[in-house]
Amino acid sequence: LSGNALFLLAGAALFSIGLHGAFAAVTALRRIIAVNVMGNGVFLVFVALAAGDPPDPVPHAMVLTGIVVAVCGTALALVLADLRRRAETGADEEEAG
Amino acid sequence: VSADATMALLVMLPLVAAIGAFVWPRWARPVGMAATLALLFLGAWLVVLVSRSGHLSQAIGGWAAPLGIRLHADGLSAMLVGAVAAIGVLISIHAHGEFDGSGGKESARRARYFWPLWLFLLAALNALFLSGDLFNLYVTLELLGLAAVALVALSGGRAALAAAERYLYVSLVGSLLYLMGVALLYGGHGTVDLALLAERVEPTTHARVALVLMTGGLMMKAALFPAHFWLPPAHSSAPAPVSAALSALVVKGGFYVLLRLWFEVFDGAAVPDAAQVVGALGAAAVLWGSVQAMIQERLKLLVAYSTVAQIGYLFLVFPLASNATDRGVLWTGALVFLLAHAAAKSGMFLAAGNIKRAAGHDRIRDLDGITHTRPLSAFTIGLAGVSLIGLPPTAGFVGKWLLLGAALEQGQWWWVGVILVGSLLAAAYMIRVLTHAFMLAPEETPSRPIPRRMEWSAFALAVLALLLGFFAAAPAALLADVLPGGGGP
Repeated sequence: LSGNALFLLAGAALFSIGLHGAFAAVTALRRIIAVNVMGNGVFLVFVALAAGDPPDPVPHAMVLTGIVVAVCGTALALVLADLRRRAETGADEEEAG
Repeated sequence: VSADATMALLVMLPLVAAIGAFVWPRWARPVGMAATLALLFLGAWLVVLVSRSGHLSQAIGGWAAPLGIRLHADGLSAMLVGAVAAIGVLISIHAHGEFDGSGGKESARRARYFWPLWLFLLAALNALFLSGDLFNLYVTLELLGLAAVALVALSGGRAALAAAERYLYVSLVGSLLYLMGVALLYGGHGTVDLALLAERVEPTTHARVALVLMTGGLMMKAALFPAHFWLPPAHSSAPAPVSAALSALVVKGGFYVLLRLWFEVFDGAAVPDAAQVVGALGAAAVLWGSVQAMIQERLKLLVAYSTVAQIGYLFLVFPLASNATDRGVLWTGALVFLLAHAAAKSGMFLAAGNIKRAAGHDRIRDLDGITHTRPLSAFTIGLAGVSLIGLPPTAGFVGKWLLLGAALEQGQWWWVGVILVGSLLAAAYMIRVLTHAFMLAPEETPSRPIPRRMEWSAFALAVLALLLGFFAAAPAALLADVLPGGGGP
């Protein structure tokens, strides 16, 4: 088993674990983490594909972009989870428009 | 304006306007209106340019693929960008009344955030339809998803927040499934450019795994049965202009990328049996969505379930296109159907929002006499309904007719049954609404006033769905050399 294949397999494993977690999680925080684990699996696969001499820079650029997108998604998920928690504890209740 | 500038402006203009509207909330409404009007001209100009010279392509900043980002427009992209622009303007006019910011702190907050998010959504849609590579498509899908989720959360109620949260997770998981497919394809073929991939993709195992992952992810975004569960709560709990934009435009994004994948990149490499499976899911969506629409108590939920059903028809194109010798007719049918649904459904959602605003609720059972109090909005729902059912001479009819013709010609008669039963069910749920609307109210029902532009914009969209039926030949000319089969353009 070469080092590269190990990274690919690890990426696939993280992806699957995250995918399972995203559906199975009961709390918002767990689900957010699961989606991030899933994303890291994809990034690991990208980085493993870039291996070589010299390494391919294109997947690295994609992973960087992907990380930025993942941060935005995570931020929005955290805000929504917080807003919903506040709405459920009854701070501001109103009928949906 | 040159072709390069037009394509760049279609993406940049709403992006810059969004930031402007966010930084200067006082000017958000005029900036938003001006930007959507400018997009209408740019969108129309793009359609003209493409109909004159066929495919347009531009390497941004002079950086060619594989490193640079390529913008690309053919007849399909141009029609969709044009549709976004036309429907976008009318939704903006409605939103101008909906989000006027008068009515307390809560209303001011919504007005403050609507315009920037709506402009981001338009930028993401245009970028999506103009992207020429798989990775850029991923980025635009994410932009689209984030803007759409934030817009759903705008109404702020508990139901809306829960729906937005669910929508966000579906969107993120769908994107990551898609991105994993992109990684596999890049690993196998060393490019993410659509045109280059179309030349290089072979029916190997890993290409098929990539196609399955990406198709699964995009089906979640397009809300194809059984991944439709997030759509009805999200689309029905959002403010009316947002519901209209989501049902008319956003779900089509996932469908568009699927079309490009299956019939440009993987053309010939995909298995016909798999296309039958996709078609079967579409058929299930038509039946399930229509039946659910029939039993809903709330008008906005009924309209949302109708979207689930109408999305299903679009996916009937997959099994038909896999076997078609001449795909031009099929793409015309699918695109006319898509545009008809976009116009009719946005008009219907805006009108439903008006009725909800006027009556203070949207319980179908208690809408008796609404034709009396809000005649134009009730008529809009009727007119849009005629197009959704698919009665002549609306565009909905033309789209279904072309799909029916293709199914009969290829002897795939089972899809004919699905289209006919779906139309009957659509007639049933629309008639249920109209029966109540035309009934005389038992007593004088209270009705709050609505700005006139909110009713006329909805009506204009329904009329658009009708008029499209008369000009359905125009898309055919634009789509003549799109996704032709046998290895891309």
